[in-house]
Amino acid sequence: MSNRDLPRLVLLAVPAGAFALAFFLVPLARLAAAAAGGPKGLAAYASVVTEPRHFESMMATLALAVGVTAATLVLATVAGLFLSRHAFPGRGALVAVLTLPLAFPGVVVGFLVIMLGGRQGVIGGLTEALGAGRLVFAYSLAGLFVGYLYFSIPRVILTVMASAEKLDPALEEAARSLGASRARVLKDVVLPGLAPGLTAAGAICFATAMGAFGTAFALAANIEVLPMTIYTEFTLNANIAAAGALSLVLGAVTWAALYAARSLAGPPVAAAA
Amino acid sequence: MSSTPIQLSRCGKTFADGTRALAPLDLEIAAGETVVLLGPSGCGKTTLLRLIAGLESPDPGGTVRFDGEDVTALPIERRAVGMVFQSYALFPNMSVRDNVAYGLKVRRLPKGEIAARTEEMLEMMAIAPLAGRRVHQLSGGQRQRVALARAIAVRPRVLLLDEPLAALDAVLRDRLRVEIDALLRRLAITAVYVTHDQAEAMMLGDRIVVMSGGRIEQAGTAREIYRAPATPFVAGFVGTVSRVADLAGGEALLRPEDIEICAVAEGRIAATVETAHFLGGRCQVTLSGPDGGRLIAEAPPDAAPPVGARVGLRWRDAAVIRIPLMEAAQ
Repeated sequence: MSNRDLPRLVLLAVPAGAFALAFFLVPLARLAAAAAGGPKGLAAYASVVTEPRHFESMMATLALAVGVTAATLVLATVAGLFLSRHAFPGRGALVAVLTLPLAFPGVVVGFLVIMLGGRQGVIGGLTEALGAGRLVFAYSLAGLFVGYLYFSIPRVILTVMASAEKLDPALEEAARSLGASRARVLKDVVLPGLAPGLTAAGAICFATAMGAFGTAFALAANIEVLPMTIYTEFTLNANIAAAGALSLVLGAVTWAALYAARSLAGPPVAAAA
Repeated sequence: MSSTPIQLSRCGKTFADGTRALAPLDLEIAAGETVVLLGPSGCGKTTLLRLIAGLESPDPGGTVRFDGEDVTALPIERRAVGMVFQSYALFPNMSVRDNVAYGLKVRRLPKGEIAARTEEMLEMMAIAPLAGRRVHQLSGGQRQRVALARAIAVRPRVLLLDEPLAALDAVLRDRLRVEIDALLRRLAITAVYVTHDQAEAMMLGDRIVVMSGGRIEQAGTAREIYRAPATPFVAGFVGTVSRVADLAGGEALLRPEDIEICAVAEGRIAATVETAHFLGGRCQVTLSGPDGGRLIAEAPPDAAPPVGARVGLRWRDAAVIRIPLMEAAQ
């Protein structure tokens, strides 16, 4: 870039810069100020550690996000590999159905979980008929886990299928020719080949699970994940400082996870993500 | 390295969609022999190689034997074959050394032996200075050397090469071809080499198997195939031929180097020069014959006739390649 180009480049950056300033940086700065302007001052930021209720909420959210990410990666890798390796009648329709959850907002996913595991849910009816009592899990972390899994799996399956189709089939054949068993080929060739895509998809999955609100709101009752805590502090307790501080902490943790995934997997992830 | 003969019997291959890639065929490959499968794309040569490798299984009734042992039901990982691919298929997540050592690690050899044999292979293929590099840091020629080292490190019973030089530029291809030739002689390993390049086939193969349309057209030494092609396809695919009228019936074919350009009065037939290309050591001259057919002859590099000239063509009777009518009709 020569010096002569500089004014033109600055000019080109103005619209995006103005947008970022007006709708991102300014509100963020106000939020940061509001969080620090409450009765506790800067200590509000520490509430996620000092306040037991906030700390528990943070831990529950983290555990949920990690659990959902791990389970999603395992299930979606198996399904994605199967779908990319096997041609069978109805495969296209199956892929289309699998991506259906992407069409629903979180609130609707919450309803679906209630239909499945709520007080009048299908599973409850089934367990009662079997004489095991009514199994109700929709209004707990388990319900949230199922809901998040439901909308995370499609994204990761699509990523796995795209990555798997890009793998050179000769790589697996070469490993087999050298005596590697199917399991060994999976470990040494397929998974390393999918790793950049899985890391990127996993990071997105984690970030989504950290911040998802609609499903948690629909299931309400006994769930205290961080977005719900923020909502409660903001609307019910009018504790704007606490809500602001928690929001920024949630954002920082999620952003750190995305950043770590990007640097872990190197440049290809940036391209894939 | 002990050598393993290969016997294929009634090996055909029909894919699930009904495409017949190979008509049932028999082929014997002697211990230590290098056989080149030569043919245009889609002729079945790669399918045949994959049958030998164990990456495909033949249609029912076909058998693959290594040294008399029936390996038809064994998948590739239990056949002890070394395989080299056109795309190299090196593991991108491993260093050069780990790529070469991979087969030995899979076999759970003692650590010391793995290290010793890996170093030996790196030295032998002259890639020791690259041992710590990642695959993406290597040139195409270096990659193919690593692929060869990896395939032979496990001391396979047979070595299978699927167009290993097709992705390289001409200079590198010539150099690696010489190296592979020397390597195969040195190892005295049974090798099957797939290519569509006749020069590669003639240089490397103890025997060349020319294939077309899923069947074997001819198997023989380079000399046999060039001098006495069994079918018109072989004559046209391996080298260049010109068709001349043959009073005895059937095809009478001539190689360019056997057609001599002379004065019209001295020639057996007269022809008109269409093009003359200077190729360094010789000129390739295209002519149109008495019946309008195209003929290709050679001329000394600085004595090609001008385009449009009427010339005579003559040849020795012994140089004429005759393909029996019955074969030609196929």
